[in-house]
Amino acid sequence: MNADRFFAIDDGPGGTSRQLGIVVSGSLTEGLEVRLASGVSVEDMAVGRYVTIEGKRQCFFGMVTDIRLETTDKQMVGNPPDVSDSFVADVIEGTSTFALLHVLPMLTIPRGAAAQLRNEGPQPVKTIPAHYSRVHEASEEDVSAVFGAEDSSHYFIGTPLDMETKVCLNLERFVERSSGIFGKSGTGKTFLTRILLIGMVQKSKAVSLVFDMHNEYGWKGSWEGHGDGVKGLKQLFGQKVAVFTLDEESSRRRQVQTDHVVEIGYDQIEPEDIEMLKEPLMLSPRAMDAVHALVKHFGERHWLEEFLKLEAKDRDELAEEIDPASGTLRALSMSLSRLKRLPFLTAHARQDCLKAILEYLDRGTNVVLEFGRYQDLTAYVLVANVLTRRLHEHYVERKEKAMGDKAQEPRPLVIAIEEAHKFLNPEVSRQTIFGTIAREMRKYNVTLLVIDQRPSGIDDEIMSQIGTRITCLLDDERDVDSVLMGVSGKNELKSVLAKLETKQQALIFGHAVPMPVVVRTRDYGTAESYREFGFREAAEIHTLVNEDLKLWDR
Amino acid sequence: MCTKIGEVVEANTISFAAQSYELHQAPPFGSLVRASDGEADIFGLVYSVVTASIDTGRRPIARGRDEQDEEDIYRNNPQLPKLLRTDFDSLIVGFRQAGTVRQYLPPRPPRLHGFVYLSGNAEIVEFTQSLDFLNTIVSCSLGAPLDELAAACVRLAEEARGGDYSFRVAAGRELAMLLSTNQQRLKAILRRIRQ
Repeated sequence: MNADRFFAIDDGPGGTSRQLGIVVSGSLTEGLEVRLASGVSVEDMAVGRYVTIEGKRQCFFGMVTDIRLETTDKQMVGNPPDVSDSFVADVIEGTSTFALLHVLPMLTIPRGAAAQLRNEGPQPVKTIPAHYSRVHEASEEDVSAVFGAEDSSHYFIGTPLDMETKVCLNLERFVERSSGIFGKSGTGKTFLTRILLIGMVQKSKAVSLVFDMHNEYGWKGSWEGHGDGVKGLKQLFGQKVAVFTLDEESSRRRQVQTDHVVEIGYDQIEPEDIEMLKEPLMLSPRAMDAVHALVKHFGERHWLEEFLKLEAKDRDELAEEIDPASGTLRALSMSLSRLKRLPFLTAHARQDCLKAILEYLDRGTNVVLEFGRYQDLTAYVLVANVLTRRLHEHYVERKEKAMGDKAQEPRPLVIAIEEAHKFLNPEVSRQTIFGTIAREMRKYNVTLLVIDQRPSGIDDEIMSQIGTRITCLLDDERDVDSVLMGVSGKNELKSVLAKLETKQQALIFGHAVPMPVVVRTRDYGTAESYREFGFREAAEIHTLVNEDLKLWDR
Repeated sequence: MCTKIGEVVEANTISFAAQSYELHQAPPFGSLVRASDGEADIFGLVYSVVTASIDTGRRPIARGRDEQDEEDIYRNNPQLPKLLRTDFDSLIVGFRQAGTVRQYLPPRPPRLHGFVYLSGNAEIVEFTQSLDFLNTIVSCSLGAPLDELAAACVRLAEEARGGDYSFRVAAGRELAMLLSTNQQRLKAILRRIRQ
């Protein structure tokens, strides 16, 4: 070995990225062990970081998922050398003691002119590099080769840890299947959702319908520690976004420019909607039977209105007729009368809000439905279910028509719901419309964007249909298992997920990205960030217009 | 600057013995010496020095009972330097042929009566460009204190490089790799290198 070059660390081909070490063992399923070169500090490494491995015919792209300390002689554990002596420390570092990186190979990047001619992009990994292949830190070019540059379908979502390269989501693929945003409370799910919705507004052919439980997306959103809050979609994109509200008064107080006030008629509520409210209204299975009996008695469109109108005496008479054995009807009446407290529920809606929503969606306008003060689950679940069920019927009908006439093809729709486990838990997911959409509505151009802090509450069968999962920090074991269900390299990703910071960091994997990626999500909320999204303040537009006018005059 | 210091008196494939021209003037333990087989320069590391009677059957006898000073013994017995000899043994660690240094055993051992030179700093630096010779030391089976030899030659080579710490670390790391499964031995050598 050349003594003078002992400390020289190879700069890699082109000198752009640092060599980290060499592959010493491993397997495709369990990942590779990479021995860290001497001179590379183990403290400079981090889980979630990208590396490239130079194979003979192809380059491998992988992610560091674990870091371990090793010694060549087990005696060193029990009888450590005197590292206070700098000479001893310099000698054993990287020789007798060394660090192993656990690297999960994810993609192969074909090399050579032939591959370039075929225009081959990154492929899923099917083999592993040979022993002692060299491992480099992934350069910015490598990362952008994998995650694509921003273009008409790729949308900048964030940057990898310790890098300035852009990680882009393939939005076309993102809206093709249902997707999920998970993370415990306060980890930035709402910010991430806003960023994604903006992506859809700007780049996707899909439109979105957002059931905005906490009034965060439409006009203005809150920002912890920043009194002013952040701009909502309507402020940034004006005509491309319509704000619907259930609570006109609240919207007016918050000075929100709304486009439509939503009312829901009793005649639009079906037994299935009541089924969803079993928990908040504390309805027994017998009560549900009674609901079906009422529908039979009064008819599908009038059952609720008629039932709520009944006086106690009339109700008892009715009970004699349809449910003589118990006092179920009285209990049901008490439960359902809670619906009367929701002012947006009326006997007959003055306008069919679904028609209005569909009109906007057909024009390519995204719709945000604000719940105003009605932030309890009863209102949310009821409204989301009633509207979505009818949207579903409409889309199925239109898609069927489109089979005969391509021009009728409905615009792809993404429905964003919060507290998704209330709609998609194993008990109700088979009956609710959301379960159906998650399972098969992709074929009818409707997908879900589920936002949830308890993914373990979502039915496994639904979870497996979620194409792209974006997850912020989760610390409940069951939630982590649920999010990572069915993903290769689950254990490795688990360790990455557990190490996410509580803010502005997320692990993205699935259909819309070529490989799992940890990102620091792009900024949202500063003037600079709004500009990056293409927003211009009125004063700025005014100046630009004036400049144009001056040029015109010349 | 290389100095002629002795003559090969016994040689085999892995080591050679030389008689020092001057009594008690053997090269230091661990130093690099050079002999020749007529074609190649052969390098060895001094691992043993012996001073004894030239007649192996007759052991020297004590002569200084009435002398005040050790030097007086030699002054009053001028035959002594002729009756005593200093020999040194060297472990062969490499050779130089056609200007290229190779750190493995030469095809032939040095010739008997070939001159032995003590290498100067430039030659030490040239030879220790590569550290493969350390493998020869730690893996050979001579009845010599090999760990001491490895430490001594690293110390001398560092000195020849003007106290270059990076060389010392490089040699230490080479030893750490050679002795990766024997930390006790590595520790002992490192302590001796550090002085």
